[in-house]
Amino acid sequence: MAAQVLSPEDKLRQKRKKKNLLHRSIPIYIMALPGLIYLFINNYMPMPGIVLAFKNYKAKKGIYGSAWAGLKNFKYLFSTTDAWVITRNTIGYNLVFIIVNTIAAIAVAIILSELTSKAKKFYQSAILLPFLLSAVIISYLVFAFLSADNGFINNTILKAMGHDPINWYAEPKYWPFILVFVNLWKGIGYSCIIYLATIISFDRSLYEAAAIDGATKWQQIRSITLPLLKPTVIMLTLMAVGRIFYSDFGLFYQVPQNSGALLPVTNTIDTYVYRGLLELGDITMSAAAGVYQSLVGFVLVLGANLLVRKLDPDSALF
Amino acid sequence: MKTKSERKFQLIGNIIMIIITACALIPLVLMAISSFTDNDVLVRNGYSFIPEKWSFFAYEYIFKSSSAVIHAYGISILLTAVGTVCSLVITTLLAYALSRTFLPGRNILTFIVFFTMLFNGGLVPTYINYTTVFGLKNTFWSLLIPSLLMNAFNVMLMKSYFMTGVPEEIMEAAYIDGASEYAAFGRIALPLAKPIVATVGLFVGIGYWNDWMNGYIYLTKRTDLYSIQNLLNRMIQNIQFLSQSAGSISNAQQGLANIPSVSVRMAMAVVGVLPIIVIYPFVQNNFVKGITLGGVKG
Repeated sequence: MAAQVLSPEDKLRQKRKKKNLLHRSIPIYIMALPGLIYLFINNYMPMPGIVLAFKNYKAKKGIYGSAWAGLKNFKYLFSTTDAWVITRNTIGYNLVFIIVNTIAAIAVAIILSELTSKAKKFYQSAILLPFLLSAVIISYLVFAFLSADNGFINNTILKAMGHDPINWYAEPKYWPFILVFVNLWKGIGYSCIIYLATIISFDRSLYEAAAIDGATKWQQIRSITLPLLKPTVIMLTLMAVGRIFYSDFGLFYQVPQNSGALLPVTNTIDTYVYRGLLELGDITMSAAAGVYQSLVGFVLVLGANLLVRKLDPDSALF
Repeated sequence: MKTKSERKFQLIGNIIMIIITACALIPLVLMAISSFTDNDVLVRNGYSFIPEKWSFFAYEYIFKSSSAVIHAYGISILLTAVGTVCSLVITTLLAYALSRTFLPGRNILTFIVFFTMLFNGGLVPTYINYTTVFGLKNTFWSLLIPSLLMNAFNVMLMKSYFMTGVPEEIMEAAYIDGASEYAAFGRIALPLAKPIVATVGLFVGIGYWNDWMNGYIYLTKRTDLYSIQNLLNRMIQNIQFLSQSAGSISNAQQGLANIPSVSVRMAMAVVGVLPIIVIYPFVQNNFVKGITLGGVKG
């Protein structure tokens, strides 16, 4: 190869590279340090604490000083009906949430993408707004509708229908529906935005060609939009399935207002862990449930990601 | 040249969207109207969209005689401001560091950040860590530090922005002009990354404003450190507690004396969401952009 003529910049660049990689790197490491320290404190220091679940915890002796208990805590946890109830609720609600929210979000995204009116922007803003509200505020809003004494439903709707008031916060049978609805109300705007962004990126000429061939709107949606949307739906669903062992603590704890009567249908792994730790003082049981969640959750995230990577390497987390 | 089927679709589509939009907003409207309703009417007729009698009493009460609300509001504002600034500083610096491809050990550092998205110790070890090792219980730090200060997701989001949105040629040119790493970051990379900094700041700020969990877990005695969310939470819990243990009348009456009336409660909730509603129109585009970026490449 002929010797290349190096421009002054190239020479400088090379010189720089050779001379002071370390010199360049030190400031960068310093920049990374505060964030890494935080991750160490917030995430890594607690990690070995999962051994707590295998210990006979005595607060005085601390996590590492307490005596080993082997799998006793887990045996005990899984001998209770709680273990089954919290697993069923966590997975069951998540599955329903995934199905309901995905279908609703796609439907709304498709409608929004096709609308030509100026109100489109307003619709989109309005349905995203609930996503920005805290769980506490949402619990107030739900309470305004469901409160036994003052609630809008008991006082206005049921009265008008001649129906007796319902003590909503004491009747478990309604809550699976209430929670699915509240979750949809809160989450639809978020998922809708992702699907809408995908739909907007589709090639418009496909639709124009279809329209010239006389395809109706419905036909266009069915044979162009939905097939093109399929990869995104699969990716997002797989990601959500990877998180199926985790639940929205605010939704399951705040919205039912921690009502004891509703526990059979509102207790999830997250609320169980919280109650064990701070309300019942049953720390080892709580820790065992936490480890159960961390480990199964970890496997699920890895599994989901593995599948995603097979289908579409670009969408995979790693 | 709209066809008939096109017009029909537009009509039905608009009707569906109007219904969905109404569903999204109605609860907030009910809350706002209740806060302007006379309390006696509220107790008698329940929450209603068409109150018999309007009243500003709830707001007068909050701003004139309830120092607790103002105080909690102050805590929320302080927390959100300090939290967002600190979070942005450490998140941006770490994200920038991870975007420097020449950095030895970059992959290991990235993995250290990334792994926290896959696995965590869970609530119990985290709680024990913060309370026993760092003694955070019942301090302002307990609102600021646990879980909210930085998360791997935001770091990754920013990192990919630095890598794609800040052209390497511009950075190289800065180095050739003799800029130090700090200057290259501060004068070149950071200004170019403004959009993502704004978006992440928005996510973080809303996270701090809406958080109730840290206060709920760590503030067992210092109720004077309650944020507005914690105050609202405490109130609704008291009401629930009373309705569940209504057997003891004297207790209930004692308790009721400490609970603000229904309209005041609703006014407090309105005050609690107000900042979000006020900034929403201005930040919406940024927020949507952030969701799209994060959602497509989670």
